[in-house]
Amino acid sequence: MADFRTHLMLCAGTGCVSNKSLEVKEALELEIEKQNLQNEVEVVSTGCQGFCAQGPIIVVKPDNIFYQLLNVEDIPYLVEEHFLKGRQVEKFMYNPPDSKEKIPTLDEIGFFKKQQLIALANRGLIDPEKIDEYIGRGGYKAAIKALTQMSSEEVIEEVLQSGLRGRGGAGFPTGLKWKFAAGSPGDEKYVICNADEGDPGAFMDRSIVESDPHAVIEGMMIGAKAIGAARGFVYVRDEYPLAVERMIKAIKDAREYGLLGEDIFDSGFDFDLKVNRGAGAFICGEETSLIASLEGNMPEPRVRPPFPAVSGYNGKPTNINNVESWATIRHIINNGAEWFSSIGTEKSKGTKVFSLVGKVNNTGLVEVPMGVSVREIIEDIGGGVLNGKKFKAVQTGGPSGGCIPESLMDTPVDYESLAKVGSIVGSGGMIVMDEDNCMVEVARYFLAFTQQESCGKCPPCREGTRHMMNILTDITKGKGKPGDIDMLLEMAMLVKDTSLCALGQTAPNPILTTIKYFRDEYEAHINEKRCPAKECKELIHFDILEEKCTGCTVCARNCPVTAITGERKALHVIDQDTCVKCGICKNVCKFDAVRIES
Amino acid sequence: MKLKPEDINRIAEKMHAAANLRDGSGIARIVVHMGTCGIASGSRNIMKAFMDELNKSGRKDILFTTSGCAGLCSHEPMATIERKDETPVKYIELTPEKVHEIFEKHVLNGKIVTEYALGKGSERMA
Repeated sequence: MADFRTHLMLCAGTGCVSNKSLEVKEALELEIEKQNLQNEVEVVSTGCQGFCAQGPIIVVKPDNIFYQLLNVEDIPYLVEEHFLKGRQVEKFMYNPPDSKEKIPTLDEIGFFKKQQLIALANRGLIDPEKIDEYIGRGGYKAAIKALTQMSSEEVIEEVLQSGLRGRGGAGFPTGLKWKFAAGSPGDEKYVICNADEGDPGAFMDRSIVESDPHAVIEGMMIGAKAIGAARGFVYVRDEYPLAVERMIKAIKDAREYGLLGEDIFDSGFDFDLKVNRGAGAFICGEETSLIASLEGNMPEPRVRPPFPAVSGYNGKPTNINNVESWATIRHIINNGAEWFSSIGTEKSKGTKVFSLVGKVNNTGLVEVPMGVSVREIIEDIGGGVLNGKKFKAVQTGGPSGGCIPESLMDTPVDYESLAKVGSIVGSGGMIVMDEDNCMVEVARYFLAFTQQESCGKCPPCREGTRHMMNILTDITKGKGKPGDIDMLLEMAMLVKDTSLCALGQTAPNPILTTIKYFRDEYEAHINEKRCPAKECKELIHFDILEEKCTGCTVCARNCPVTAITGERKALHVIDQDTCVKCGICKNVCKFDAVRIES
Repeated sequence: MKLKPEDINRIAEKMHAAANLRDGSGIARIVVHMGTCGIASGSRNIMKAFMDELNKSGRKDILFTTSGCAGLCSHEPMATIERKDETPVKYIELTPEKVHEIFEKHVLNGKIVTEYALGKGSERMA
């Protein structure tokens, strides 16, 4: 099969056959041979494709062109045009009834074209509150396979061979984690789903739990079987009410069907799940803090080893994975390790879900094979930067990640490549920034977040993040001093090296990358007291341009502090002492007469 | 009721037929996307609007269901309309007025309202 460049999936269901699809097939084969394409194009007969009213139909693979209502007489033209000359023949293509304008297929829409769904396979297709709909899309088949036909070792081996790495951020091989937990002595073991997603602008896990909770449950059943656990927890933050509600409903429905409980599928395997609601502390996303929180203790990370695989919940061997990792498991069991590892790059297998937000046209949830470039995600899928502005940077991996500048946009998105440029895949947040974003302010914003969320256990993280934030705040206010950049770099390395958990170890990443790639912006703030992006309020002022102002009075009427004066049809002036730099005058001016200066 | 593996297969087959509108009971299906993003941008009103249209029409052969986020959060509220033997069409940025038009033209009469449609077909699975 692999030798053919194109396959024609010709429907040979009863409906199409009665519409003479077999004659069409004969004509196709004849014509393909006539054009000497028999080694490139293969005609494959398929069963009913469900579109009988438009038969005979063919679907051209791999480009998914759909031709309908074909006649034997059409074939020579079709073969010559499409398969010899490579021009699609519009007149045979599917045309929605009574619509003159053709609407594009999802494949033709940039946002969907480059996406490939595994973890989100059921998105938009099932009612997450109906277990039967999940089963209708192949749900719980992997659980049947793992529980009744595979040994624990076989399940672990399959996940190990697939190359799946933890989707929560660190990218540790999932199969290896399972192997450690399985190998730890003890007959009481636990599995945990980490749904404590806390990165600003990230909502991958939220969406998976909301739209496909059973996929998570099924993954956890398989993981529990693999390591020998009988109980599990889904730790989800209470700020995700819909996710909590749907997960609770899903667990209840699974119990009613005996998919959770005792002796599941008469396999002798017992497993049950409980939802735990987190109070929304960012630190609880760290596995040892999460476990401490589950136990009812202060959520503080602890020294590893021992890893949770050896001593986790209540000191028992525990395997903890992220929502997306769990939701991917069933596909690996169903389709095999080889299938999964054929997607992605050499070291980063499969697909990854990203939440694409910020100054980008199509914000949303995207799932792409590992290894697509940052550029493809932002330009092709995201549809480019909002309002035609210039791209400046993208922050990947949330507050623990770094900013990737325009010059590195062709970096492939995988664990190793992003680490090389100073960022991380992380849990999958992607925040796009344009020319109007001040990179010092961006660093300050993310640091303000990690500083507030630091649990306070390690002094370098607790004190270091605060000092760095003070310096950054000063810089954005025009109070930066020479030497600040070096001080930031030194403290950043110190906090990175001496913090116990990933929060402190990664909190300096936004600072380090913005200094590395946008040092000139820091220098402009410190040396010239100027914000090149014109975002830092203390360093900008608003002016009205004489040549553009028509004296329409709109700005003066909208100014909340009446800082603007001027007669009708005469130049208006902003009183700089009264102005609070809210920017309303600039937004309401129809003549583009208000300028920000720095 | 405790299920056995064969029960799962039975449910899967039953649901599969229903999902494809092949069991003959429905001529069209309306799916309103109700993730947090959809709800925040007003999909509950969209759901109500579709249900009102459905009640007004008195039709029993149109299936109505909800689902999660369709991925393109910035264009919510979204809905997918699928008529029997036709490719599903995704509509974006819906309002109750648009719902009325889509229901009349597309759901009942098979005319796609291209103005509000994003695209047709299904997403690519790996």
